[in-house]
Amino acid sequence: MDNKLEQAVKQICDECGNDRTRIMDIVIALQKSQGCVSSQAMDLIAKQVNAHRVEVEGVVSFYAFLSKDPKGKVVIRVCTDVVDRMKGVNEVGQAFQAELGIGLGETTEDGNITLEHTPCIGMCDQAPAALINDEVFTNLSEDKAKAIVQALKKDADPKKISIELGDGNNANELVKSEVKNNICKKGEIIFADNESGAGLKKALELAPADVIKEIKESKLRGRGGAGFPTGLKWDFASKAEGDQKYVLCNADEGEPGTFKDRVLLTERYDLLFEGMTITGYAIGANAGVIYLRGEYAYLRAFLENKLVERRDKNLLGKNVLGKDGFDFDIRIQMGAGAYVCGEETALISSCEGMRGDPKNRPPFPAQKGYLGCPTVVNNVETLSIVTRIMEKGAAWFTGIGTEASAGTKILSISGDCEAPGVYEFPIGIKIEDLLKEVKAENAQAVLIGGPAGQIISATEFNRYICFDDLATGGAIVIFGAQRNILEIVNEYMDFFIEENCGYCTPCRVGNVLLKQRLEKIISGKGEKADLDYLQDLGDSVILTSRCGLGQTSPNPILTTLKNFRSLYEGLIKVEKDIMEPTFDVKAALNDAETVAERQSVIY
Amino acid sequence: MEKTVKFTIDGVEITAKAGQTIMQAADEAGIYIPRLCYMNELKPHGSCRVCTVMVNGNPQAACTQPVAEGTVVKSETEKIQASRRDIVDMLFVEGNHFCMVCEKSGNCELQAMAYRLGICAPKYPYLFPKLDVDGSHPDIFIDRNRCILCGRCVEASQDIDGKGVFEFVGRGQEKRVAVNAEAKLADTNMEVTDKAADVCPVGAIIKKRVGFAVPVGERLYDKEPIGSDIERKKNGKT
Repeated sequence: MDNKLEQAVKQICDECGNDRTRIMDIVIALQKSQGCVSSQAMDLIAKQVNAHRVEVEGVVSFYAFLSKDPKGKVVIRVCTDVVDRMKGVNEVGQAFQAELGIGLGETTEDGNITLEHTPCIGMCDQAPAALINDEVFTNLSEDKAKAIVQALKKDADPKKISIELGDGNNANELVKSEVKNNICKKGEIIFADNESGAGLKKALELAPADVIKEIKESKLRGRGGAGFPTGLKWDFASKAEGDQKYVLCNADEGEPGTFKDRVLLTERYDLLFEGMTITGYAIGANAGVIYLRGEYAYLRAFLENKLVERRDKNLLGKNVLGKDGFDFDIRIQMGAGAYVCGEETALISSCEGMRGDPKNRPPFPAQKGYLGCPTVVNNVETLSIVTRIMEKGAAWFTGIGTEASAGTKILSISGDCEAPGVYEFPIGIKIEDLLKEVKAENAQAVLIGGPAGQIISATEFNRYICFDDLATGGAIVIFGAQRNILEIVNEYMDFFIEENCGYCTPCRVGNVLLKQRLEKIISGKGEKADLDYLQDLGDSVILTSRCGLGQTSPNPILTTLKNFRSLYEGLIKVEKDIMEPTFDVKAALNDAETVAERQSVIY
Repeated sequence: MEKTVKFTIDGVEITAKAGQTIMQAADEAGIYIPRLCYMNELKPHGSCRVCTVMVNGNPQAACTQPVAEGTVVKSETEKIQASRRDIVDMLFVEGNHFCMVCEKSGNCELQAMAYRLGICAPKYPYLFPKLDVDGSHPDIFIDRNRCILCGRCVEASQDIDGKGVFEFVGRGQEKRVAVNAEAKLADTNMEVTDKAADVCPVGAIIKKRVGFAVPVGERLYDKEPIGSDIERKKNGKT
């Protein structure tokens, strides 16, 4: 047995209290220090935390940023999201490959550099982008890719590559990133000036039940996409039995095209931490966990530092702001590359050190969530809004937005427009107006809410963003007239196939079958019946899937079948007779003709 | 006295015990809701989705959904039956199932479910995945070509045998059942008397040397469709 490895594993496991619910932290730390979680390491971890080895393997094999086989000291992950492709990531990827002399998924001979691809890393406003270890590189070009590789060949530390620092806290000593905030429009709630601590002070003057009442009166609905009333969720958790309760913040924004939480975490972290503390007070929880997506690891040290500052000011810790008996603290749980963990019960599984599988409901998290305790899971934006509602009152909040959808919504806007970035609008903005604001001329289609949402055509640009019409978690991608919509749909299906957990049948298999049939149509071999096939299969997947991922994954196909039907119909074979041939006879005879060394007489 | 709950399945009124799942209540009432991953003695897994029913208009897995007073459950509608057929078709094409040479034929729940739902051949194209077999164990054979990822072996080994021999690895299409060893079942503490050796609904985990002890034609589902045992309860009552 490798002694060094044994020591490393023991040290990491000891640091995590040999707690099996902290397996995520253990394997992430080990991946970082050893370049992999080897078979030997799995045995050692299992022994240390009293788990079965195969459980550790189950976790390691689930997350894209963890691996059993060794990777280079430097891992370059090129983001191949649809928007990155539109902005030329294919050429950038080629440049990386040429300069490194390896293909995607390979490691250089000296074992130093691994090149991979990764889905959306939350940088669509500055695409093409790539992760190099934890560092983010944006606005990539072929030349920039070459320069990066040359720098890495001299010194395998991505932190030493020279960059121009981004704005705001991106330039902070603990972040030092070239990421830009691109805050294009500041609204009245999130991006308005506020007095730090004011919301929390007001909340602590009230009884917990009155805090919940205030949030209920504000009609705040979850900003993650599902729009569940926040006050009601808290009410359930507050009334649920349990000595220990938890507040979980979903900072795992993974929907392709979204990046607004990145900006909130960079610039409005105080609103978030405060919102979590208020939630804790309201439901009777003394611990909070921020589940930070692995792609945002570059923000971790900065956020940890800000938590320390809040503890120093007694905004966290024992008897928060002198409130007797109210203790609250927050820890950060890192993710490791799994879109499905944005689903709240999958996020809980992951926080518990398990595979990121969603859980069966009921019980709902508010009854039985993290470690079996009543848990509130809210999105970064929702929790940030909570702080402002407590500061300014429910009536102020309901005065913004529409009657049914109060407040503002932060949108991440990217794609074919002149001003991609983060926009805070009162809820109820018309798509037409939105397109003008971001200077998008010539838009052919707009993706609302990411691929899990819907793709609408110009005939629907008079619709509104609000909970009653176009509800969205905030990812908006604009496609100009030059784009091939069906190719884009196909790429989004790749995303769902790569990112689904595989737990339930319809999502695991159905998405593969959907994509297969879509490709048949794209290749010009489709028939009229294939359109019904897509519709029926898509409907079945939505009806029977276990969680929100499968219940929305057919949407790229189903919404374009509805809104861009002529694109499909233009590609399907014209019937020459009543027969609708299902396969290409000539192609099927290829092998036989080769063996026989002659052409078929009949065909 | 135990608290009871009244609700309907396809119009039939059922009195269930509070805390039961729709599946448990239906079973007791002699109404068979098709299922594959569910097994009486194990925690419901909720993964195959064959038992999807509409509860007050919303799709739910009957094996995990608790009964509630006054709910209207629909099970045998045309739409749900079609979706069940779709799921069973998917399970067939994502693996490599050769019923005619499989020693589980006749005792296989997947095969029996296909017949019950009226499937003669899957409507989806076969995916022909490359999957492995593990014959290392002296008494047990694993053939992942036939695995439907129902999770029964994982749970039985964990919760009943107290061993944890099996666990899922990978995700999405790459998801597999792995064993608690570097690679081979022989290197685990699995024994042929384990519950986990008895729960596989298909021919993915089978015992060696007993495959044809019962001849084809005299097997469990050769004589009557899957679910008949449950439906007999109802027939016995009326």
